[in-house]
Amino acid sequence: MILKGNAHKYGADVNTDVIIPARYLNVWDAALLAKHCMVDIDPEFTANVRAGDMIVATTNFGCGSSREHAPIAIKECGVSCVIAASFARIFFRNAINIGLPLLECPDAAAECETGDTLEVDLALGTITNVTKGTTYTASSYPEFMMGIIEAGGLVPYTTRRLGGRRA
Amino acid sequence: MATIAEKILAAHSGRERVSPGEFVNVSVDVVLANDITGPLSINEFERLGVSKVFDPQKIVMVQDHFVPNKDIPSAIQAKALREFSRKHGVVYYEVGRAGIEHVLLPQEGIVGPGQVVIGADSHTCTYGALGAFATGMGSTDIAMAWATGDAWMKVPPTIKFVLHGRLQPWVGGKDLILHIIGEIGIDGALYSVMEFHGEAVTSLGMDGRFTMSNMAIEAGGKAGIFPVDANTEKYIAAHPPKSGPRPLLKYHTDSDTDYVRVVEIDASKIEPCVAFPHKPSNTKPVSQAGSVTVDQVVIGSCTNGRLSDLRVAAEILKGHKVHPSVVCIVIPGTQKVYSDAMDEGLVRVFMDAGAVVSTPTCGPCLGGYMGILAPGERCLSTTNRNFVGRMGSKDSEVYLAGPAVAAATAIVGRIAGPDEVAPATQEVSTK
Repeated sequence: MILKGNAHKYGADVNTDVIIPARYLNVWDAALLAKHCMVDIDPEFTANVRAGDMIVATTNFGCGSSREHAPIAIKECGVSCVIAASFARIFFRNAINIGLPLLECPDAAAECETGDTLEVDLALGTITNVTKGTTYTASSYPEFMMGIIEAGGLVPYTTRRLGGRRA
Repeated sequence: MATIAEKILAAHSGRERVSPGEFVNVSVDVVLANDITGPLSINEFERLGVSKVFDPQKIVMVQDHFVPNKDIPSAIQAKALREFSRKHGVVYYEVGRAGIEHVLLPQEGIVGPGQVVIGADSHTCTYGALGAFATGMGSTDIAMAWATGDAWMKVPPTIKFVLHGRLQPWVGGKDLILHIIGEIGIDGALYSVMEFHGEAVTSLGMDGRFTMSNMAIEAGGKAGIFPVDANTEKYIAAHPPKSGPRPLLKYHTDSDTDYVRVVEIDASKIEPCVAFPHKPSNTKPVSQAGSVTVDQVVIGSCTNGRLSDLRVAAEILKGHKVHPSVVCIVIPGTQKVYSDAMDEGLVRVFMDAGAVVSTPTCGPCLGGYMGILAPGERCLSTTNRNFVGRMGSKDSEVYLAGPAVAAATAIVGRIAGPDEVAPATQEVSTK
């Protein structure tokens, strides 16, 4: 699958408190969560983001709380994938589980700026910065995780597993 | 040859041994969720179309984040958790008979050595203090484990932290873990297990160990594990599982070559520590904090809401008044901690000093309620995170410290070490 959109660039340690502050966690509806996505790091984000856009950040993206509300809010905003130099582990799991693609690629993350147009080939793991004319390859997913991604997330993956067990 | 974490994961995945980087399906002993993460899990569980949970006795639900209900949406979340819990007959802790999950579960004997515990809360790593492999996950992972009784894991490498020497007066688990995070950074243990050793932690009481394991996640860690020793066994004997006795599983790492890294620290040089905004790694010894006035002090949370934390705070606050320009909020971690603090006269000390004593809740730690900060306000807190907006306005500031610094700060009105209000020679009864 080819994803195309504009980059919204942030720095290191973008944590779940700024992605979706806990004051908005009294609901679990994705559309309501998306209204406040990134509010404490970029108040204009929800006004500026367009379907297909990508969040790009440096190291340790998604650190902090286990709140799955964070990748849910990002996905619901129309963000097609997150590219970072590295991800915090719970955020990484959560995103894979709900079907929000993540790409780990320090060079692409370092060189990208807000507004750059990016093209991502998920199957090949390549990131093209169309604005800058550069191409990068992200770390590939372990085979085990590809199973979850290919199933479309952890719920369909588990449905399949449980189906197999019953048969 | 293997680490504690590898041995526990091997035992729970039906293998002789497992190696870092390997993916395994691990059977789980306890699966935890709360009033914020639980409703999302319920959604996902219902999408699966499974009618029953794998084992109601291994599923634990705790109302603790936004309870007693702070508003109508929170009431709806609490109600969803309550109804699902009743329907499936899982282990359920109601407001007034509960408390903050990570203070509650050890106290109730629900978690113990050698177990695999997963929870939809990042501070689930707290139970590593008891020698368990305990780690936080998201709501979907938890929901799937309700159905299957297992979860996938990538076996993490282990970093050994050796804390040498005797601790200085008033230095506790919080100061040690803040110091470590200050040294290695908030992704310094990314995806790794932190295993704690050395004279300084051997002498640390269980409450101090819970504090240290609790904050493994603040260094990006997957778990923060202490080997089982006499202190652990004493704690377990005093907090037996209600479901009947469990075998005491004591795992030890075979050799230093099993670790990916060994970090040696001279703990005798560690002073009471403060993490400045906006990262837990932004640490300074309290003596170098400078003149930082505060508007609020919070003493409590899953990090420092245990009885010995309240004892330390009360020892310093006794006979003193909270500074006129400071609001001090004390939150015992569980109903039992609250009750014990009353019996010991600690609540009287806090109230005489002019502090608020609240029912157990996670409330202010995550900016939920019970102590939200306005723009420009500063809070020194015994909680675990100080990211932008963590406790309210994005233009407020949170400073992290242990209960001794918190109590001293509440009295002095600016960030202060306990020496500024109490004699340094005084022995702290429990660390």
